[in-house]
Amino acid sequence: MSEPTPIQIKEDKIYKTWGLSEAEYSFISEKILGRLPNYTETGLYSVMWSEHCSYKNSKKVLRKLPNDSSRVLAGPGEDAGIIDIGDDQAVVFKAESHNHPSAVEPYQGAATGVGGIIRDIFSMGATPIALLNSLKFGSLDNNQTKHLVKEVVAGIGGYGNCIGIPTIGGEISFEKCYEKNPLVNAMCIGLLDNTQFKHGQASGNNNLIVYVGSTTGRDGIHGATFASDEFSNKKKKQRSAVQVGNPFIEKLLMDACVEIIQEHSDWILGVQDMGAAGLVSSTAEMASKTKSGLMLNLDNVPQREKGMTAYEMMLSESQERMVLCIKPEFEKNVLNFFDEYNLDAVTIGKVTSDKQYKIFHEGKLVVDIPVDSLTDEVPEYDHHGIKPKRISEDREQFDPQIASFKESWLNVLSSPTIASKRYLYETYDSQVKSNTVVRPGSDAGVVRIRGTKKAIASTNDSNSRYVYVDPYIGGQVTVLEAARNIVSTGGIPVGITDCLNYGNPEDPEIFWELDQSVQGIADVCKHLDVPVISGNVSLYNEFNKEAIYPSPMIGMVGLIEDISNITTSAFKKSGDLIYLLGSTGNDFNGSEIQNQLLGRVEGRLNEIDLNAEKKNQEIVLDAIQKHLIKSCHDLSEGGLVAALSESAFDNNLGFNIQTTLTSKQMFSETQSRYLITVDSKNKESIEDLFNDNFECLGFVTNDSTFSIQTADENLDIELSEALDNWKEAIPCLMN
Amino acid sequence: MILVKVYVMLKDSVVDVQGEAIKDATHTMSYENVSEVRMGKYFEIKFDNNSNDLEKDVDEICDGLLANPNIESYRYEIVGDIQ
Amino acid sequence: MNFAVITFPGSNCDMDLYHAIKEGINQEVNLVSYKEKSLEGYDGILIPGGFSYGDYLRSGAIASHAPIIDEVIRLANQGKPVLGICNGFQILTEIGLLPGTLTNNRQNRFICEQVGLTVENNKTLFTSKYDFKEKITIPIAHGEGRYYCDSETLHGLNENNQIVFRYDSDVNGSVDRIAGITNKQKNVLGMMPHPERAIENILGSADGLNLFKSMLETQKSEVQ
Repeated sequence: MSEPTPIQIKEDKIYKTWGLSEAEYSFISEKILGRLPNYTETGLYSVMWSEHCSYKNSKKVLRKLPNDSSRVLAGPGEDAGIIDIGDDQAVVFKAESHNHPSAVEPYQGAATGVGGIIRDIFSMGATPIALLNSLKFGSLDNNQTKHLVKEVVAGIGGYGNCIGIPTIGGEISFEKCYEKNPLVNAMCIGLLDNTQFKHGQASGNNNLIVYVGSTTGRDGIHGATFASDEFSNKKKKQRSAVQVGNPFIEKLLMDACVEIIQEHSDWILGVQDMGAAGLVSSTAEMASKTKSGLMLNLDNVPQREKGMTAYEMMLSESQERMVLCIKPEFEKNVLNFFDEYNLDAVTIGKVTSDKQYKIFHEGKLVVDIPVDSLTDEVPEYDHHGIKPKRISEDREQFDPQIASFKESWLNVLSSPTIASKRYLYETYDSQVKSNTVVRPGSDAGVVRIRGTKKAIASTNDSNSRYVYVDPYIGGQVTVLEAARNIVSTGGIPVGITDCLNYGNPEDPEIFWELDQSVQGIADVCKHLDVPVISGNVSLYNEFNKEAIYPSPMIGMVGLIEDISNITTSAFKKSGDLIYLLGSTGNDFNGSEIQNQLLGRVEGRLNEIDLNAEKKNQEIVLDAIQKHLIKSCHDLSEGGLVAALSESAFDNNLGFNIQTTLTSKQMFSETQSRYLITVDSKNKESIEDLFNDNFECLGFVTNDSTFSIQTADENLDIELSEALDNWKEAIPCLMN
Repeated sequence: MILVKVYVMLKDSVVDVQGEAIKDATHTMSYENVSEVRMGKYFEIKFDNNSNDLEKDVDEICDGLLANPNIESYRYEIVGDIQ
Repeated sequence: MNFAVITFPGSNCDMDLYHAIKEGINQEVNLVSYKEKSLEGYDGILIPGGFSYGDYLRSGAIASHAPIIDEVIRLANQGKPVLGICNGFQILTEIGLLPGTLTNNRQNRFICEQVGLTVENNKTLFTSKYDFKEKITIPIAHGEGRYYCDSETLHGLNENNQIVFRYDSDVNGSVDRIAGITNKQKNVLGMMPHPERAIENILGSADGLNLFKSMLETQKSEVQ
């Protein structure tokens, strides 16, 4: 089968099936090239100009996010951002979505999502130290969703466990809107000495481009445009676009790349992962950063299939491949170095001075276009937002009618969003490398940095119900919740990476959700002085025109300056006093209790007092640093009911509390609150610190009972009954 | 070129947990009449035509690498010359 | 005492073991590549966990044909201590230094958690610092950790006191809840749980430290 000619591409509008608009195509042929692009060239533009690679629909919104602080060494634009943590050390982190591939082929989609984010980290010379993930699925009431959950979780574990990076945290939630479009967001954190930082750049005439890693096959072609396209029934057949991961090769690639960057930085100028849009994206980005040209000879590319065309090779998204830009005098050293690791490495091209991107295949010049046109001349779209009708002006709160306090309490615990996810995360190796101090299940995961007193806390958070009912405040809450999770473990929030998962931005209501929620995120980041240093945007998350809830995911990293400050959410000892820090209002819109009683969420959220939020964070950190606190748990979904129960479960303890709150308010989800336990001998010191902003609820017991006295009723629940509801809910639904 | 097809299966005495999981999946697909699934491995090995004792070579490869004699059994077919 | 940690492509607990020796018992330790053919000068051989060769074919199967293996077998037959953890245990059964096989967990899922073990034999060079029947907590992290052997082999293991660690509950479907066994001579130990991940309280348990201390103490008493 021969490729369509440039004229056929134009007349049959083949470019449209690859996602290029008519205006974009005319701009390329008339303004950039002055001729019609051929088949391969059209393919290159279609992937490089896709939303996934160019952010053409979201760039304007993304500029709202602050990306600087005194700790930032590099922000967005590199493979991942870099944050200084003192002692000449830095952390690098990034999150990325792999939603569409996971919908089509859940095991491989999730696995290669993990593989891709790990490559983004080690291509900067950083040693990956931790993984996290945020997953969203449909309701666990049908076999298809159960299958998706099982396979996605297995794929994440299969990759992370094999490569030997601990998975230290994450979140999983279930909501009808994700049934056909699950969200799979993965985050990786790496550690490096900042002097070794390596830009992904190709500079200097005649420097060589070296290809390292797995062979190139036809897998994943048009993965990037596929990720930027809406889903429909018809596309479920698109299996060939999904890549297959090989964590074993990635482990070799990781060890080799970290070593060559750290030990032989004089040999190399740049390292880049071949991720979305494979060879074209990695090489074009490398060249455009230094305003260089590039010449590639595809005949040298290691191929796993016969008869691949230039188009197929350039767009392949075969996994576990990297490109390096090296100095020509070290070519032999570099090739021998990778050979020692049993990795294929070949020279496939060189840097030129003419700013053109030239590709040769079977002796013929098949691509000849300006490098910049792939990366810098992408049109930017300014969409118009319209506030959806469901979002009113009024912030009146839902009034939950609770028939049985006990039943509602147990229902909250067994709701899939709140119930223990242990059955799923116990399949991830959370301890490999022997640095994990806080494993999944507490507010944030923590890994210590060997040889120092420091540790890194990290969490993935999103609350799409809140963002759905109130995008601006929902966006704020997402960041605040992440920050409280970090603070609860004794960490200072130092940076954020995000995954912005939304529907089709060309729909004005969806664009409004994107714009407003990013504004909310940005405002809180500025208030807390926490920069967004990397991230990714995943739009067009729809199935048959039904969009997902707007779902920004925040991956936050915190620095714990002394490992003796590490705090967990579990109650420690009977007799310890239980405090609620922060005041409780009637915040029921978007809450778990509203969802349980109505079967849906609705109504706007109350505005948040950011100064009070910041003040409480400072109080908690201060109390932790003074070693006054024995446990600390952030309050979020399910309010006090969930927080008290979860804190009791870990060490099989009970509690006895008496509160001025009503039974209803036990379910309220007011922000800026923490559940804290304190040794009774520190009562005065802690109450001094808390000022007026607290209630002493009672104490921890070892009588295996939750005893609760609210303003309107008394309730006793057996620990074992509560624990069963919380622990068995997910395994029960899965089997 | 000689093609040898090798089939490795778990011995009946060993619980085949993957096979059981697959069987359960067929039931959720509503094929209730599936009574057993056993999962094995299939290999295609190509030899140049210069082996003196092909069966001995194949047996050694199977015993030493492809199958674990503690839990697995194997059988093979020599397909003969292929081009 | 001078330890060798053998690394295969895909080993990922090699540094955990390295640190356990270096920081846990303050002894000499080197990473030794699978490509080497000599282990001259080492007093203890450690085979780490991980996914050698991606666990392709069967866990441990491909590693069992690596160049270093003949030397591991030679030293084991000389009576030198050889410890295989997780994937290391799988490799030791594949090369025939230990009987039986590790196969898929009964749950058919990877499991990572802290588990309770009982020390069933404290008269080995690996367990002398533990009490007989001592209860210890050590993490597991494996998908193929279900120990399987035929009844005759199991009988032999019991007769010769080769079962060193048992799980307190049935965590993966192992025959007789076996978590770790030695060879007849008791100088080769294979175990699925990770003692090298349990050498500091900050990581959840320090119960694994006595295993490495036992190796050191035995070696010292032999030298004297």
